[in-house]
Amino acid sequence: MSEKIHIPVEKEYLVNNVLLNESADLPVEVEKILRFVRKDKVKHPVIMVGTGSCGLISGAGETLLEINKYLLDRDIKADVIETGCTGYCSLEPVVDVHLPGKTRISFKNVSAEKLPFLLDSMLNNIVPHEYVVGQYENPSLELWKDVPLIGELPFFAMQYRNLMKNWGRISPHSIEEYIAAGGYRSYVKTIRNYTHEEVCDIVEKSGLQGRGGGGFLTGKKWKIAHTAMADQRFLLCNANESDPGGFANRSMIESDPHRLIEGLVIAAYAIGTSRAYIYIRSDYITAINRLEKAIDRAQYYGLLGYNVYGSGFNIDIIVSKGPGAFVCGEETAMISSIEGKRGMPSPKPPYPAISGLFGKPTVVNNVETLSNIPAIFENGPDWFMSLGNKTAPGTKILTLSGKLNNQGIIEVPLGTKVKDIIFGAGGGVPAKKELKAVQIGGPSGGFVTSENIDIPYDFDSLASVGIYMGSGGMLVLDEDCCIIDTVKYFMDFIQKESCGKCIPCREGTRRMLEVYENITKRPVDENGHATLERFKGVMQLESLASVIKDTSLCGLGQKAPNPVISSLKYFRNDYEEHIFDRECSAGVCKELRLFYIDVEKCTGCTACAPKCPVSAIIGTKRHPFFIVEEKCTGCGICYDVCKFNAISVK
Amino acid sequence: MIVKIEVNSKVIKAQKGETIMSALKANGIKIPSICSMKDFTPTGACRMCVVEVEGSQGLVPSCSQPVNEWMKIKTHSPQVIKARKTIVELLLSNHPDDCLYCVRNGSCELQALAEELNVRERRIMGRKNKYKLDHSSPSIVRDPSKCILCGRCVRVCDEKLSVFAIDFVNRGNRTIIGTAYNKDLNFSSCINCGQCIMVCPTAALFEKDSLPELEDALHNPEKTVLVQYAPSVGVTLAEEFGVKPGKDISGLINAVLKKIGFERIFDTSFAADISVMEMTSELLARKNKKENMPLLTSCCPAWVKYVEQLYPDLLPFLSNTKSPQQILGSVLKSYYPEISGIAAGSIYSVAVAPCTAKKFEAQREEMTKKGISEVDLVLTTRELAKLIKLYGIDMNQIEPEIADDPYGMRSSAGKLFGVSGGVTEAVIRTMPHVSGAREPSRVKYQELRGGKGKKEAEIRIGKTTYRFAVVSGLSNVLPLLEDIKAGKCEYDFVEVMACMGGCINGGGQPVGSDENAVKARMKALYSIDEREIIRFSHKNPKVNELYNNHLGGLPGEKCKSLFHTTYSARKVLL
Repeated sequence: MSEKIHIPVEKEYLVNNVLLNESADLPVEVEKILRFVRKDKVKHPVIMVGTGSCGLISGAGETLLEINKYLLDRDIKADVIETGCTGYCSLEPVVDVHLPGKTRISFKNVSAEKLPFLLDSMLNNIVPHEYVVGQYENPSLELWKDVPLIGELPFFAMQYRNLMKNWGRISPHSIEEYIAAGGYRSYVKTIRNYTHEEVCDIVEKSGLQGRGGGGFLTGKKWKIAHTAMADQRFLLCNANESDPGGFANRSMIESDPHRLIEGLVIAAYAIGTSRAYIYIRSDYITAINRLEKAIDRAQYYGLLGYNVYGSGFNIDIIVSKGPGAFVCGEETAMISSIEGKRGMPSPKPPYPAISGLFGKPTVVNNVETLSNIPAIFENGPDWFMSLGNKTAPGTKILTLSGKLNNQGIIEVPLGTKVKDIIFGAGGGVPAKKELKAVQIGGPSGGFVTSENIDIPYDFDSLASVGIYMGSGGMLVLDEDCCIIDTVKYFMDFIQKESCGKCIPCREGTRRMLEVYENITKRPVDENGHATLERFKGVMQLESLASVIKDTSLCGLGQKAPNPVISSLKYFRNDYEEHIFDRECSAGVCKELRLFYIDVEKCTGCTACAPKCPVSAIIGTKRHPFFIVEEKCTGCGICYDVCKFNAISVK
Repeated sequence: MIVKIEVNSKVIKAQKGETIMSALKANGIKIPSICSMKDFTPTGACRMCVVEVEGSQGLVPSCSQPVNEWMKIKTHSPQVIKARKTIVELLLSNHPDDCLYCVRNGSCELQALAEELNVRERRIMGRKNKYKLDHSSPSIVRDPSKCILCGRCVRVCDEKLSVFAIDFVNRGNRTIIGTAYNKDLNFSSCINCGQCIMVCPTAALFEKDSLPELEDALHNPEKTVLVQYAPSVGVTLAEEFGVKPGKDISGLINAVLKKIGFERIFDTSFAADISVMEMTSELLARKNKKENMPLLTSCCPAWVKYVEQLYPDLLPFLSNTKSPQQILGSVLKSYYPEISGIAAGSIYSVAVAPCTAKKFEAQREEMTKKGISEVDLVLTTRELAKLIKLYGIDMNQIEPEIADDPYGMRSSAGKLFGVSGGVTEAVIRTMPHVSGAREPSRVKYQELRGGKGKKEAEIRIGKTTYRFAVVSGLSNVLPLLEDIKAGKCEYDFVEVMACMGGCINGGGQPVGSDENAVKARMKALYSIDEREIIRFSHKNPKVNELYNNHLGGLPGEKCKSLFHTTYSARKVLL
C-alpha cells in the first residue's frame, strides 16, 4: 500500500514554530501552513480510508488496494491516506473524498467493487447520494449541495467529541497531522513550565476520574505515587481491553495514538517517572503497530527520550504485550504479567501506588483516562469541570452494540441519560421491536430496563441501581433477546476467564453457570429430581452471588455476580418462565423450543426428515410428517428447510 | 507500637503493621485458612480467613489486611460463617468424594474444615473436573483432581527451593497446578524433595506407595529382608503416633521392625560414619591439590539432582562420596553376605528415610551393580508409620531393642546427619584424625547449629584454617553457587540440604510439621549427641573393623568402588 503523504513542513519547523511556541494562538502564517498539514485544505484530491480494525474487518483493506489501483490505472494525482475510525462502525468501510476547494465528504459501506463508481462520480464532481454519510463543515470551503453536515446527523449531533476529536479526520500514522491539530503543545508547555505537584493539582482540580470503571480521582492517585519515597516509580497504561463487546480503547489507539502518548508522558512527568509501560493485549495487532510507529515518530521529534526539549525530563515508553486474559486488566495481575509472571491478582494492601511493579510505586491508568489529559492542559481544568455533571466531570466513550440502528463508538458528556443515548445516537431499536434491557458494563455490569432507562450515565447514578460502569460497553437487548441466555453467556465468559486463584470466583462462577445451563436444558426427565435440582439451583444463585461478591480477591471476581443479581432483580418473570413453564418466549434457548408440523400445511415433501440430526421426524412421502417430541432437540433445522411454513414453534 | 482494636466487641492489643490474622492468633482467636503459610507473603487465594470489618465493603481477608487503630472486627458473624462455609462447600463440590479411600483420610485439611464448619449436606453440586494421576515420578504422585489450588506447593517450590518445577496452568475452572508444558512430573525440573507434599492440605500430592511391594518381599520365603533407617527417623516417627515432637524412639523402631518381620535391623548412621571418613579424606586431598574447592556435600539426593540439571558446570565440585543410605546398601549387597552367610541373591535391602528423593536416588543407574539396585526399596517415615499400623503393633506395649550387629553400631556424629549442620560437624570432628593433627578441645560447634538458612564457621585444624558453610533450603544456596561459578567462593566445605533445617524436616516426615516441631527434633538429635559416648565417626569400632578387615584402610581402591559414584548433567524441562 503505497502512501504518499506530502508534508509541506520539516520537523524543525513544527518544533520551533508550533511545539515551542507557548502563546495561545499561533501566528497567522503558521496557522495557514498547518491547515494544509492537517488536510483542512488540500491542493489536489485526497482520498481517506478508515482502516481501523472495524474498517479492515469490513473490507477496507481491499478498498484501499482498489483505490491505489484505480489511481494508478488512470494516472490521477491524488493522496491516499489511511485514517482511523469515525466511531460509526456500522457504516464501515468509510471512504472520505476531499477535493480542492470543496468540503470533505464521507461515504459509507464502500466495498472494493463499489469504489470505481464512487471515484468516477466524485472526480467528476457528481455526488453519488446513495453512499453519502455527510460532509464535514469547513467555513473556508464550498459546501456540497444536498449533502447533510456530519455534525447534524443524529449519530453525531448529541455527541461531544473531545477525545474523539481527531478520529477519522487525521492519519494515525502522521505525527505532523497530530501536531498541526494542536497536539503535543500541552505536553511541551507542561514539562517546561509546571512542577510535578502543579500537574497533579491541575488534574485533581479538573475532577477527572479513572475511566477504567473505578472512578477514583486521577490527580489524587498521581499524588500518592509522587509523594511515595522511592528511587524509581512506574506508570502503566492499561490497554488490556477484554470486556466482550468493548473495543473503544482499541479504536482510540488505532485512530489517535498520539493523544494517548501525550497523556501518558504528561502523567509520567506528574508522578516523576522516566519509564511508562503500555500494557496491551497481543491480539490488537493493528493497534500495536500504530502505537509502536507513533512512539517511533514521537522519539524522532524529540518528544521522548533523554532531556526532552531541555526540560530535564527523561521518558521511555515500553509497549508490553499481554496474553489477552480478562484478569490481566486488574492492576495487580497486570503488574505481575509485566514482571513476567502469571497474571494473577494479589491482595491489596499494599496498593500499587505504594508498592507495585517490581515493588516500586506504580500508577495504573486506563487508555481513556490518559487520553483525557492533553485536553485538560489545553483548555484548563475549569473547562473540563464544565463538561458532564457535578459528580462526574468530562466525557465518556461508549461502545454501542446489540439491537440498535447505529452501532459504534460515541462520546457523550457524563450524566447524559441512557435513554437519550439509545434513542439519540443509537437511533433506537430496529424493526419496531420493543426495548427489553440495556446491559451496561459488560460482565461486571448490570441491566437497565425500560423502567429506569431515564437514569443519567455516570458513576454514582449507575451505582445507585447496582451497576458498575466498567469500560463503557452498552449492549442493547430487544424483545427477541433472552435475559437468561445473556447472563449465561457472561457467566461462561467469567468462569473461563477467571484466573483460578481464589475459590469463590473459580468454583462459584462455574456453579452459577451450571445453574443457567440447567434451566435452559431440554426437559428430558421431568419426573426425576431434575426439576427439583433446577429449582434448588436458582434458589442458590442469590446466596452464591452474595458470597462471591463479599469474598472474592479482586474486583473482577467481586463484580462477577453482578449480571446475575441485576437480572434476578429485574427479570424474575424470565426466570420463572424458564424454570416452571420450561419455555423461552424469546425463542433463544434452543433446547427449550418444541417444534410441531402443521398437518394442513405439510405436503410430505420429505425435505425436513433427512436433515434432522436426531431422526426425530417420521412419516410417509406425500403425507403429513410428525415430530417425535421426546427425540427433538430443538435445533430448528427443519424449521429452516421447510418451504411451506408447516413447521412452527409450540 | 501497640494499637488497640475491637474484636467481637472486646478490646485487644495488636502490634501496629501486623496482619489481622496474626493479631487474632496472638489473642487466642483461631481463623481458618488454607493458603496462608508462615514466613511467606500472603497470597489471599483461599478467602477462608475473611472477617467482617466495620466500614469496609464486603469481607476482608485477615491474612493480608494490616490492623488499624480501633478497627472493629467480627470474626464469626453469621455473614462470615456463611462465607467460609460456602467456600468449603464450593471446594467440596469439585472434589472427589472418596475420603474413605484417600491417603490423607484423617490428616486432610479440607476434611477438617468441613468438619469444623459443620458441613453436613451436599448443597452445591455440579460437574467435577477429572484428571489423570501422574505416577511418572519415582517419588511423588500428583492427583490434580484433589487439588484445591491453594498454591502452597508452588510457593514452597519457588521461594524455599528455587526449583520452579510447578506453577498454575490454564485459566478459570480448568486451572491446575502443573509442570512446564503440563508434562509429567518426571520430565520437569522437580528434584523429588517432597516439600510440596509437606504443605499440601489434601492428597493432591503424596509419595509413591511402596508398601505393597514391601509386603510381597516380606512374605517371600526366598527373600531375606534387611532394613536400615535414617538418623532423623528415630526422632520423628513418634509424632505419627500422637507423641509430641522431639521424642527419640530408635530403640522402639528396632523392636517394631523386628516384629514386622525384617531379618536384620541396621542404622543408616553407621554408614554416615563411613561417609564422614570418605568425605574427610576427599576434602583433605582436594585441599592439598587446591582443585575443585569448595567441596559440596552429596548426601542429599534432591540437591544432587538440582546441581545436575541447573549447574552441571559445578558437578566436579560435588563430593563423589555416596549418601549414607547407598553406602550401607552397597555394603549389604557386597560384604555382608560374606560375613553373614546370607546368599547375596536373596538379600532385599530396604531403607527407611525421611525423604522422598531417596526413592529416586535408590533408582539411579549409578546406584546399581550389574543391574541390581543397592537399595531395593525406600520407605518414608510416614510409610513406616502406616506399616506399623497395618501390622497392628501397639507402640506402647513394646520394649526398646538395639539394632543388629555389625551395622547397628554408630557414633553420634553419624546421627547428626539428620540435622542441617550435622554433616559438617561430624566432618570437623574427624578431620584432625585423618589429617594427623592434634584433636581440638571442642566437640560442639554451636555456630553450625540452629534453624538459620545459612551458617558458617572458620576452624583451624593443625596449621590450616578451613572455612565451612552450611546451607539448608535450596534457595539459600543460589548466591553461593553463583560465587563458585565466578570463582569467588572462599569456603572449603559447603554442606547443602535441600529441605529447610535438614532431614528432620524432610519431605517424607509427618505432614503438618511446623517450625516448633522442627526445633524439637533438632534438640532431640543434639541431646542424643550430648549423652553419647562415641561422638566421633572414626571412633566407631565397627567402622574401623570394616576398614581394617575388608577394605584395606582408607582411602583404598575398594573404598572407591563401593563408596564413591559419579554424576552427570541432566536434561529436564526448565
